[in-house]
Amino acid sequence: MTTHDTTETTETATGPSEERVDWQTKLRYFLNSDFVRSSPYWGIPFLLMGIAVYGGIGYNLAISFTDYAGIARPSFSSLDLEMYRRALADGSFRAAAFQNFVLLVGFTSISLGLGLFLAVLLDYGIRYKETIQTIYLLPMALSFVVTAQLWLWMYSPGSNGMLNVLVTTFGFEPIDWLGNPKLSLAAVIFALVWQFSGYAMVVFLAGLQSLPSDQFEAAKVDGASTTKTYVRIIIPQLKQASVGAAVVLMLFALKAFDFLYAITGNYRPPNGTDILATLMVREAFQYGQWAYGAAIATMLLLLSLAVIAPYLIFQHRQGSL
Amino acid sequence: MSQSTSDTALDVASVVEDVNLRRIGHYTIIILFLGFFLLPLITGIMTALKTSNAVANTLPFMPPLGDGFTLANLEYAFGRLSHAFVNSLLMAIPATIINVLLASMAAFGLTMVRWRGQLGILVLFLIGIFVPYQAVLVPLARFWNNIFPIADMLEPLFSIVPLIQGYHSALVPLIVTHVAYGIPICMLLFRSYYQSLPNSLVEAAKIDGASITKIYRRIILPISKPMFGVVFIYQFTQIYNEFLFSFTLVTSANSSEAPITLIIPTVGASTSGIDFGIRMAAAFLAALPTIILYVAFAEQFAKGLETESA
Repeated sequence: MTTHDTTETTETATGPSEERVDWQTKLRYFLNSDFVRSSPYWGIPFLLMGIAVYGGIGYNLAISFTDYAGIARPSFSSLDLEMYRRALADGSFRAAAFQNFVLLVGFTSISLGLGLFLAVLLDYGIRYKETIQTIYLLPMALSFVVTAQLWLWMYSPGSNGMLNVLVTTFGFEPIDWLGNPKLSLAAVIFALVWQFSGYAMVVFLAGLQSLPSDQFEAAKVDGASTTKTYVRIIIPQLKQASVGAAVVLMLFALKAFDFLYAITGNYRPPNGTDILATLMVREAFQYGQWAYGAAIATMLLLLSLAVIAPYLIFQHRQGSL
Repeated sequence: MSQSTSDTALDVASVVEDVNLRRIGHYTIIILFLGFFLLPLITGIMTALKTSNAVANTLPFMPPLGDGFTLANLEYAFGRLSHAFVNSLLMAIPATIINVLLASMAAFGLTMVRWRGQLGILVLFLIGIFVPYQAVLVPLARFWNNIFPIADMLEPLFSIVPLIQGYHSALVPLIVTHVAYGIPICMLLFRSYYQSLPNSLVEAAKIDGASITKIYRRIILPISKPMFGVVFIYQFTQIYNEFLFSFTLVTSANSSEAPITLIIPTVGASTSGIDFGIRMAAAFLAALPTIILYVAFAEQFAKGLETESA
């Protein structure tokens, strides 16, 4: 009642004060808006995250234009693209970029394919489905570091490594899986698929279960074979799930540094498995080449943005943003 | 007529046979994959229980028999890890709690009310999920070591507090870092849950004149208990398993504040090679908390993963 009174009295005032009132009501309206009233809720987390993520990216970008190295302080007086030029001319950078690409594509497509296959297998009304699903997903609960230890032992080059036990049973010579540059990247991808294909399976399984079953029934009545039904009707509808799973898997692949570091316990991953993430940490944190590391990190960031920008646009078009 | 009946009979028989074969084939494939997912784990557990002699002389996946069985590896690994285990818990538990709370607030602020420009903030949060940590590592190391060395500042304070050591102050920058970078993904998990709630729930409260704080405390917090469980389990696992931040901020596995993931790659390593009995024991002890959480809350864990990609 009191607020109503004040507005009424001020409305009758003249000239400049009328403008002031207008401004006051506007301010009051603004302060009462959902934007301001909800801002403590999203604002505080946003500030913390924003400084860490965007402040960090900005500072990293600035450092990448300097020649900051060793224990000196970064000097921002002369900025240039020297570090980027150095990276593009460096053979180990190009090798890492290529292996990064192979890892990204190989790991993501194999995990997606296997995940889809497992999801279809389990979507068939089989017994003990929950237990089986739990076991398939179990490696996902482990850290990269633990997985790396398990597979280091599986790939052990002597005749008592698990995979070499299999190989020698069939009468072949034991193989140095991680030491052989022709096999090492495939071996790393295989171990990562072991850890994460269960993730793709869960996403696809959720997608399959959200589909209405009447289409499946209708196809059955029409006499379509099960395979045909899956390929023509069911799988095309899993687009949303596939895109989501693919993006998350690619990000796991970009973060495979933990796995590659832990598998040897030093900065240099097994022969032929160097990726941008490992190169960056080695250059910056082992050799103290901070600016060079920052430049590699910027390129890695651009790579991730190239993956996620289409994803965000896709999500927005689907109306799920 | 008789021709056709016999035909039908044949068809039915073949169909039944086909179905059985299919079912058998189906289960065979499922069991083969169970083997695929369990073999590295079984091999690891069996190896952890063997003497080094048995590790060298028996098949890696075979259980240790007679003289080959030992608990010494687990005992030794526990001795090496117990210290780091405390560090990991002191880091992961507070970080997860703060993280989950802030994320729930952010998700509430961005779903329960509408204003222009909201999508922009949301996209900034989403990009935060996908940023590779390498892109912020150099600034992060510089910030916590040179610009704002909070660990050194807090150390005297931490050595006064009972049950906590002075060196635990080095976990503070790790906790803050984990919270900051964990907010976006946890926010997304909460957001998808809040979006599934009926709109009328909040609208009714608004019409009754409830403030935003009241809506959050009285309606949203109680109703999102199950989601708090999901996000807590998901994020605790992530932070407990995290390696890169610990690696770059703590720098050495020999430091007394090193979390558990930093120590594992060094346990059982010697000049003559890796003692896999000890290494596997260490890996399993380190993985135990997340495995227990996972087995106990498999459904919540899977739900967290489903929403992550949605």
